[in-house]
Amino acid sequence: MIEIRFHGRGGQGTVVASKALAEAIALEDRYVQTFPEYGVERRGAPVMAYTRIDNKPIYIRSKVYTPNYVIVMDPTLIGAVDVAVGLKSGGSIIINTEKRPEDYKNFIDKGYKVYTIDATSIAIKHRLGSKASPIVNTAMLGAVAAYTGLVGLNAVVEGVRKLSPVKKDENVMAAKEAYKIAEEVKNG
Amino acid sequence: MRSVIMGNHALSYGAKLSRAQVIAAYPITPQTEVVELLSQLCANGDMKAKFIKVESEHSAMAASMGASATGARAFTATSSQGLALMHEVLHWAAGARLPIVMGNINRAFGPPWSIWTEQNDSIAQRDTGWLQIYASSNQEVLDSIIQSYKVAEKISLPIMVILDAFVLSHTYEVVDIPEQSIVDKYLPPLEMEYKLDWKNPHAFGGLTKPDWYYELRYQIEEAQEQAKKLIVDTGKEFKEMFGREYGLVEEYKMDDAEIVLISSSTIASTLHVVIDELREQGKKVGLLRIRVFRPFPSEELRKILKGRKKVAVIDRNISFGHEGAFFTETKAALFNEKDHPPIFGFIAGLGGRDVTPDVLKDIFNIVETTEWPEKDIYWIGVKL
Repeated sequence: MIEIRFHGRGGQGTVVASKALAEAIALEDRYVQTFPEYGVERRGAPVMAYTRIDNKPIYIRSKVYTPNYVIVMDPTLIGAVDVAVGLKSGGSIIINTEKRPEDYKNFIDKGYKVYTIDATSIAIKHRLGSKASPIVNTAMLGAVAAYTGLVGLNAVVEGVRKLSPVKKDENVMAAKEAYKIAEEVKNG
Repeated sequence: MRSVIMGNHALSYGAKLSRAQVIAAYPITPQTEVVELLSQLCANGDMKAKFIKVESEHSAMAASMGASATGARAFTATSSQGLALMHEVLHWAAGARLPIVMGNINRAFGPPWSIWTEQNDSIAQRDTGWLQIYASSNQEVLDSIIQSYKVAEKISLPIMVILDAFVLSHTYEVVDIPEQSIVDKYLPPLEMEYKLDWKNPHAFGGLTKPDWYYELRYQIEEAQEQAKKLIVDTGKEFKEMFGREYGLVEEYKMDDAEIVLISSSTIASTLHVVIDELREQGKKVGLLRIRVFRPFPSEELRKILKGRKKVAVIDRNISFGHEGAFFTETKAALFNEKDHPPIFGFIAGLGGRDVTPDVLKDIFNIVETTEWPEKDIYWIGVKL
């Protein structure tokens, strides 16, 4: 079983990203469970969502404490919350930032793999959200698909199309663009 | 059709597929989305039902009763304080023998204010005459609504389908949404023998003196008894048509189990994983999930628990001044058995405290290493 934890801020579409990923996994005929950490939701406040993926039915119903992957939608969360808490040894952190992976030396020193993608720029380019608060979730999903190989691009596109309330085409383009960039980074 | 849906929407789609004709509901977190989707489905014509906006849960149940009394299929849903506000009319719905089906999302009572899961809201309704089904997956939530109409309409009693707040209500997972045409074959339109009909007027629920009230109460009990077999039979029929079977209880790795862990809802779901792990360590342990709490499956429990070494019941509810409700009922069911096993009672997860595999393994360790219960009730994970 693969476990994922999403970190974001209220208003960035973190929970929708986890749902779109779940749709994509289901399209590939696998089992998936996804749920947000419920508290007092406010715009800008730290939020979390969890996803489990397996090839057989998923019975565990507790929260995710030891994820294989951590997805950080907003780089300003790093330092504000311990995004790596419980991350499995050798696990991966995928961060929305213009910085490079080597800028996150503290994570690399702990043996984690770090991947970065400038999802904010991609979202602004495709006019998703506003410049001040772009909605980065679909670009992040594209990058996650490429970096992790957890799910195929076609399924992600379908999931994004289904879950985007508006600007479906723009969201799909953002996911595809981020996927392409991440693929290139991954293949050096 | 395989879809990724949340538990709240599993209730909504269950009502839609059952062709509920009247929906009267008042929103309350975390149930709100059940009502949102149903009102949307009614407004855009996907569901041919009358949606009645009401001013409280008491009115939601009263309107459901009015609709059901005319022979319409009625649905509503609520949570926590909302269910408590319905309490008076819940007795009326059962006494009037109305086959209403309701979803209840288990949520803790305030104060202190909480929106997270706990069973005290539904357990407090156990003596109303309603049947209670506790589901452990979103698929089971949807399927149980369909099955419940079939059972409720045969025995003329209302049924509550119950699920955990957030752990199911706001968790998205893969659910097979069955074809309407197959559901229609399983669940034919409601035909009530006695109903409000202005062409054939009757009085319902009038003053009944002691010479007959007692018999009417006896008939409710008879119907509850009848429901036990009916739930098993309609569950088998469901399997033939949809491939999934539901009965009064679920057994997992019970064949040679010496220690039996009993629970309900999503705690029982997580227990599957714990049982697998303990089995790998060579422990002879099994899971018994109680799906139906009313009618209580006493006979099944006696049969299944006969000859076991130890039994533990994990409750996400507390009857203050005593113990958990599933524990009380399990002990009562076995009390008159000769040589019944020791039964341990645990409280866990109140107010949505996460019940992890580690918590459940701690419980198993206590049971395994204790010959006979040393306390009336064990509270797990109290930080005081």
